Amino acid sequence: MTEQSTSTLPNEVVTHALVQDVALPGGGGTLALVTLDNGHDHTRPNTFGPASIGELHDAIRSLRTRAEAGEIQAVGLTGKPFIFAVGADLSGVPYVTERQQALDIAKAGHATFAALMDLPVPSFAFVNGAAMGGGVEAALACTYRTISTGVPALAFPETFLGLVPGWGGCWMLPNLVGAQKALTVIIDNPLAMNRMLTGPQAYKLGIADAMFEPADFLEESLRWTASVLRGETTVQRPEVDRDESAWTDACDEARGLVEAKTGGKAPAPSRAITLIEAARTATRDEGFAAEDEALGDLIMSDELRAGLYAFDLTQKRAKRPAGAPDKVLARPVSKVGIVGAGLMASQLALLFARKAGVPIVMTDLDQGRVDKGVAYVHGEIDKLVQKRRLTVDKASFLRGLVTGATSKEGFTDAEFVIEAVFEEMSVKKQVWAEVEAVVSPECVLASNTSSLSIEEMAADLAHPERVVGFHFFNPVAVMPLLEVIRGAKTDDAALATAFAMGRTLGKTTILVKDSPSFIVNRLLGRFMGEFSRVVDEGTSEDVANEGVSGLAPMPPGVLLQLVGPAIALHNSETLHTAFGDRFYISPALRKAVAENSFLEDARVKPESPVELTASQVRERVLSALAEEAGLMLKDGVAQAPMDIDLAMITGAGFQFWNGGLTPLLDREGISEKVTGRRFLPPGVASVPR
Amino acid sequence: MPQTLHDVVFVDGVRTPFGKAGEKGIYAQTRADDLVIRCIRELMRRNPGLPPARVEEVAVGATTQIGDQGLTLGRMAALLSGLPTTTPGYSIDRMCAGGMTAVTTVAGSIAFGAIDVAIAGGVEHMGHHPMGEQVDPNPRIVAERLVDPSALVMGKTAENLHDRFPTITKARCDAYAVASQTKLARAYDDGKIQPDLVPMATRHAEKGWGMATVDEPPRRGTTIDDLTGLKTPFRAHGNVTAGNAAGLNDGATACLLASGEAAEELGLPVKMRLVSYGFVGVEPEVMGIGPVPATEKALRSAGLTIEDIGLFELNEAFAVQVIAFLEHFGLADDDPRVNEYGGAIAVGHPLASSGVRLMTQLARQFEEHPEVRYGLTAMCIGIGMGGCVIWENPHHADFGKEK
Repeated sequence: MTEQSTSTLPNEVVTHALVQDVALPGGGGTLALVTLDNGHDHTRPNTFGPASIGELHDAIRSLRTRAEAGEIQAVGLTGKPFIFAVGADLSGVPYVTERQQALDIAKAGHATFAALMDLPVPSFAFVNGAAMGGGVEAALACTYRTISTGVPALAFPETFLGLVPGWGGCWMLPNLVGAQKALTVIIDNPLAMNRMLTGPQAYKLGIADAMFEPADFLEESLRWTASVLRGETTVQRPEVDRDESAWTDACDEARGLVEAKTGGKAPAPSRAITLIEAARTATRDEGFAAEDEALGDLIMSDELRAGLYAFDLTQKRAKRPAGAPDKVLARPVSKVGIVGAGLMASQLALLFARKAGVPIVMTDLDQGRVDKGVAYVHGEIDKLVQKRRLTVDKASFLRGLVTGATSKEGFTDAEFVIEAVFEEMSVKKQVWAEVEAVVSPECVLASNTSSLSIEEMAADLAHPERVVGFHFFNPVAVMPLLEVIRGAKTDDAALATAFAMGRTLGKTTILVKDSPSFIVNRLLGRFMGEFSRVVDEGTSEDVANEGVSGLAPMPPGVLLQLVGPAIALHNSETLHTAFGDRFYISPALRKAVAENSFLEDARVKPESPVELTASQVRERVLSALAEEAGLMLKDGVAQAPMDIDLAMITGAGFQFWNGGLTPLLDREGISEKVTGRRFLPPGVASVPR
Repeated sequence: MPQTLHDVVFVDGVRTPFGKAGEKGIYAQTRADDLVIRCIRELMRRNPGLPPARVEEVAVGATTQIGDQGLTLGRMAALLSGLPTTTPGYSIDRMCAGGMTAVTTVAGSIAFGAIDVAIAGGVEHMGHHPMGEQVDPNPRIVAERLVDPSALVMGKTAENLHDRFPTITKARCDAYAVASQTKLARAYDDGKIQPDLVPMATRHAEKGWGMATVDEPPRRGTTIDDLTGLKTPFRAHGNVTAGNAAGLNDGATACLLASGEAAEELGLPVKMRLVSYGFVGVEPEVMGIGPVPATEKALRSAGLTIEDIGLFELNEAFAVQVIAFLEHFGLADDDPRVNEYGGAIAVGHPLASSGVRLMTQLARQFEEHPEVRYGLTAMCIGIGMGGCVIWENPHHADFGKEK
């Protein structure tokens, strides 16, 4: 343990810094090769907790001594198979309760990487596998870098979670590749669904000086290293454009992007831009010191804690849905029926074919619709071939899987039938009656309804226990969420089969109680309703938008157009019917839908307009959401706040730095004001106070 | 259709440094297939004039074809080396002569005109795959006394050879072994070994990555005194020791072979021309004698005599077995034409890989000895066999002319 590692982490999986001497080929001298290895396989990647950073620093210290003694002519740094290092061990963040602890973490990393940079011999990072955050910073701290073409992911995901690359990344990267490219890696990519670079992309960006294939990556890297040391290979890097106005322009452009994506509500990205902007002229000490302060602030921010909470939900709870029956109860599915051949049904057919790889039979009322549905699926498959996302053989397999008919006879041997017909209870009931006449008694009947009662839908069937809700989000190929709804009579086998199918389809499944509009559409309905009410009462849409900025991925007006005004109206009406005036139906929306006109044109100026400020709008809308979320938990619609948050993140694109929804409501004090209590205990998705 | 025979030429050969088998060896945690893949990639890198798609076969010898030496290793190694999917491959097992047999087999295909260019190699990770791993000898071997049970233990066959040739004493074997170490050390000092060694990254969970750049088995400076007192594990008061036999080793080799026409077309160097080869069976109890009849057979089919051979690369599984060969052909124990760079007693013998090492070294010696027209590579093979391949030196004045 070194003096820097003042904070310790219980049960840290320590990444060791193992050192072996290597004779450089062709007589280039001796290179001390440091391998980062935590003793686990690639499923538990190397991370840097306090003890890991301490070990690395100790290793660098002793290498410095050896270098000064002339025993080694270079230092190399590489990872274990498939993994370089994926950055700081963030599992320790909940234990950080004082700003000083956060500063200590920042300083320990800086001291270690500065020691690496200050070695009296050249250092070489051999980036053999995944590298993120502190792993990338360790590589940047070396004099030279090679990268494997097989590296699947290199990234600074910090701003995605609520941090900045604060172990030198915000200073080293712009000084290596310039502001613009650094901003791409540190800002643009994390804010684009946490996009990552491949090895070749990172090389092209100038992050590495040479690139080799995985089969003999280390051997060829060392051969290259020897030739660099002998002066036979000169490393050429394009000169960084340090022109002040270009540098500032790049930063301002990134600020615009951040504003558009976060509404200024996420502190981390803007903080990173400030650091990158300063890196143009800041000395290393200045840059590192500014990063220390940024980490001190951000680690102690509720936004980071909420981000880590949200990340954990998507990594763990999403994979083990709470309340799902034992997997062993799931029945195998070797054929799927789809009732309907419209756009939704066709999208479902494509998804089931690609992911489940079983025959899919689509049915509709007339041959024309059936043909159109099948043609749509075949057309999408062709597009995937053109984009080289599918091989010709695989495409031919998939095309063969999807057939259509006007009769439901093809469902006879299906074990899973999903309907995507008109949202009308009588239609759904009639469809299920027809399906039940041909399928086996165990065949699961899944409804893609967005709001109707599963219990009622199943009421007249001989086997109501096999009916489940299976609610996708548009576009089904992209949105991760699938709400799985248990009706009053649904049995465990049917539910388990539905969850298993959801997993096969690659979706995040959440168990929801049978209730109008389930989780996401109910909360979105309340959100949009309250927003409309405020606007209809006289607040300008701009002010209202400002009030709810940073909540949903886009302003409510844009969201409405994306969902479709008619569908949004239908959702509001369903909810209004079920729950009354809590759910506001805008007359303007009704008029716009009826007349197929623009919402702005349909809006009528109120007689006595009430103009709220942005913060009043925020309080109104968040209060409504807090009330609704509280009722949903009270009624058991969602099992826990975590399910609400996971649903809003994966089904509505709500933000990580808000932890989805309930951490935001807790953070802004709304929960306690409206419901009398927090949704989550302090510390779960916030700094414990 | 009349059949035309094609010349087969040895273009290039490489190997990994050899390691000591076992937990402490340099390759303890390095995969066997990675060793041979590294050799294949290096061959391709050293011969940039060869388009990868022109490699029409990858034959890899391995005695134990399971685990990291399984899954039709020749084909998998081709794929994992980045050769195109159109390049086929296969695995070969003729115990110690796996690599040698890979060479003669693809050579047969080239001579026949079925293919133009091939890679042949061998690998044995005796740490991962100890001799006899998972074998299930047929009980008839014992019941019908088909062979003496000692035939399955190579060290015992070497002791049996001492019984057959009482004049080959332990003292002669130890002296031969010391010379092998001395010659290898000199070859290293003179830079004869390094050019065809491929540095190999070594993975180790507790030590981290390392790099194997030199052979691990050699014991430079070994003296007669060092060897005299060693145990004779195969027979009480016997003759065969760890000092006068090859050890248990890990390593891989590979070489590039082509038809004469393809080599010319692609501008590939010709380091040797294949003249003839022979494999024969002998009594399994004295498998070490195998190279003698194998060499007689190869000489006969080439129309040559032992006097025509100017350089010998003999695998040193056991000193006694090499000396038996030398005695038979009237060569001195310390004949300078034999194993100029030392042999397996010093460098190690990862079973199926060794045959190609002999060839790579003979090719380098040919370059330095343009006065020598013919050389041979020979080895004894477990279960009573011997193999011999005769090569012609392209640097000789009469190369390409009729004998």
